[in-house]
Amino acid sequence: MKSIAELEEIRKKTLEQINMRKNNERLRVVVGMATCGIAAGARPVMNALLEELKRRNVNDVSVTMTGCIGVCKLEPIVEVINPDGSKVTYVKMTPEKAVRVVAEHIVNGRICRDYTIGAEEGK
Amino acid sequence: MEIYRAHVLVCTGTGCTSSNSGKILEEFEEHLKKNNLENEVKIVKTGCFGLCAEGPIVVVYPEGAMYTMVRPEDVKEIVEEHLLKGRIVKRLLAGDKEQETISKSLDNVEFFKKQKRIALRNCGVINPENIDEYIAFDGYKALAKVLTEMTPQEVIDTIKKSGLRGRGGGGFPTGLKWEFASKSKDDQKYVCCNADEGDPGAFMDRSILEGDPHSVLEAMAIAGYAIGANQGYIYVRAEYPIAVRRLNIAIEQARNYGLLGRNIFGTGFDFDIELRLGAGAFVCGEETALMTSIEGKRGEPRPRPPFPAVKGLWQKPTILNNVETFANIPVIINKGPEWFASIGTEKSKGTKVFAIGGKINNTGLVEIPMGTTLREVVYDIGGGIPNGKKFKAAQTGGPSGGCIPASHIDTPIDYDSLIELGSMMGSGGLIVMDEDTCMVDIAKFFLEFTVDESCGKCPPCRIGTKRMLEILERITGGKGEEDDIEKLEVLAKNIKASALCGLGQTAPNPVLSTLRYFRDEYEAHVRDKKCPAGVCKAMVNYVIHAELCKSCGICARNCPVGAIKGERKVPYVIDDEKCIRCGVCMEKCPFKAIFKNA
Ligand SMILES: Cc1cc2nc3c(=O)[nH]c(=O)nc-3n(C[C@H](O)[C@H](O)[C@H](O)COP(=O)(O)O)c2cc1C
Repeated sequence: MKSIAELEEIRKKTLEQINMRKNNERLRVVVGMATCGIAAGARPVMNALLEELKRRNVNDVSVTMTGCIGVCKLEPIVEVINPDGSKVTYVKMTPEKAVRVVAEHIVNGRICRDYTIGAEEGK
Repeated sequence: MEIYRAHVLVCTGTGCTSSNSGKILEEFEEHLKKNNLENEVKIVKTGCFGLCAEGPIVVVYPEGAMYTMVRPEDVKEIVEEHLLKGRIVKRLLAGDKEQETISKSLDNVEFFKKQKRIALRNCGVINPENIDEYIAFDGYKALAKVLTEMTPQEVIDTIKKSGLRGRGGGGFPTGLKWEFASKSKDDQKYVCCNADEGDPGAFMDRSILEGDPHSVLEAMAIAGYAIGANQGYIYVRAEYPIAVRRLNIAIEQARNYGLLGRNIFGTGFDFDIELRLGAGAFVCGEETALMTSIEGKRGEPRPRPPFPAVKGLWQKPTILNNVETFANIPVIINKGPEWFASIGTEKSKGTKVFAIGGKINNTGLVEIPMGTTLREVVYDIGGGIPNGKKFKAAQTGGPSGGCIPASHIDTPIDYDSLIELGSMMGSGGLIVMDEDTCMVDIAKFFLEFTVDESCGKCPPCRIGTKRMLEILERITGGKGEEDDIEKLEVLAKNIKASALCGLGQTAPNPVLSTLRYFRDEYEAHVRDKKCPAGVCKAMVNYVIHAELCKSCGICARNCPVGAIKGERKVPYVIDDEKCIRCGVCMEKCPFKAIFKNA
């Protein structure tokens, strides 16, 4: 190690991988991954979320799975949960929609209203 | 680079390793593979979480779900439910099994609520065998800062200002110790780390070395820079094989990164560290004996002065600090001395790690701010006393310390208040005793230890402690004489005044402290030949109540020495001569017909 810059580089790179063990998450993203979710394509959605978060260097957001949320016909379902417990529920997700949720909602704080459960129910 | 969406942390400290966490690791590997999750879920070996009584411990992130007492056969369920379907396995959760929301920092677990983890900051969080994970959580940043932005004197001033005092027992101000050594002029100086940890029941230092070895290496390099030393030695007992292995790995990795060795960060500062393994003698934890042992000689203490800061290892200026003392250093540099000094009490800053054992529900490792009361440690963190028994006393400071009786349970724990009570902080062993404990027996236990461990160099310790032990054996053997208590006190006073090193000087403390608070128990043994707690075997006997006895013979079959005789329809009897007072018969009797007379 010849410089502090090198140390800093290792720090940043490794922190990305293990940041989830720290208590600093801004948002929690939960993907419904019960049988219904997986059958409807939840896994590619989750992978798309993870990759997009990574690509944009977002490391204060965790992605976890959950079981069946109950409205199986609207799967894949993704919920974005604020620290206070309030949440936005996105339904009928695809990898492309997931990328947009990361870009607009998670990074820029603008909810993608057209994908939400409210928009779907209103149809 | 791989992206993992979940991390499974498995404790591989000594406690959990001995309750089979190795097998759990294998099971995780197998089941993750079976479910095609090996590229999504990462398995991480970590150090001690502290909740050793509930081990083996597994923590799953990002949820921060803490699973306790995990058996190899539970792993399939954790993988298939939690990791595959996202459903937390509630029956294995720590603490309140019903809790719906699981906190990330484990703060929801009662055991952690009142803790503040500074020295243990990375234990149970990082993989101790991976230097990158240490670096990710600001590792070696303090060393970088010190080498590039601070003068040695500034480092010393920072440590002085933080108020950090030695965690190895004495509580000497660390910054001052460094300053003395920095002022000694010599071409060669040394930094030593005391990882001998000889107190019976203590495992704070072991857990830090197993869970976060780099924190100690980084701190030693900082100390080297501060005092002008380029060589460090860690004196660690060979009975800590996992700690030794991880230290070796850590030193190797740090050397590969150039964080140890020559010209660190291109600043021209050289520092390297070697291990020295001790054979597990208590006296080798004493600073002068430790250095003598590193020199390859028999580990015996020598008189001070000269102090090590002037003439230490190989007659060169040397500082010796405890593992936990070192583990605090990088954080103090990174967060500033004011931050550290804001934690704790007026004269005891920061936190202290304790290994809690004895009659307590949550046996394990805790780190609390100085000034936390004993009551909080025993009841809030420790989960209280098993079987609804009453708290009688807590022993701190091991064989050099004393006890804190129930009447002082609200004392804030810090260096000075413990000294005032006739005990001491010590290195962090904390043994909880309930109403069934005989205090004379406890004092005897510690004295047996010091008699065994006395190196024999000075007569007060070699002969004096032996005489004290003989008196205690007499008292607990039911043969105490009228003036035995006074004799103990005279001997204690003289040994304290005349022994060569700390071992002898403090050896009488457990006796003096129990005499101070529980003199009536000593008197009951001596005058009435009674052991009020019913522990001392010579003063209890077991009898079978003839009317309650159903002649089933279970007692006789379980008696290990064949002391019980009887036949069908005739009540059984215990032969008091043969009986060894183990109490097994009383435990096994289905009719509760056996009684203990104290
Ligand atoms: C008999 C005896 C045993 C000791 N054992 C230890 C020990 O195991 N670990 C330790 O750190 N200090 C032990 N000490 C205290 C050391 O002599 C020394 O004070 C300490 O390591 C200094 O480090 P510190 O200032 O960081 O606490 C022992 C002292 C005596 C008298």
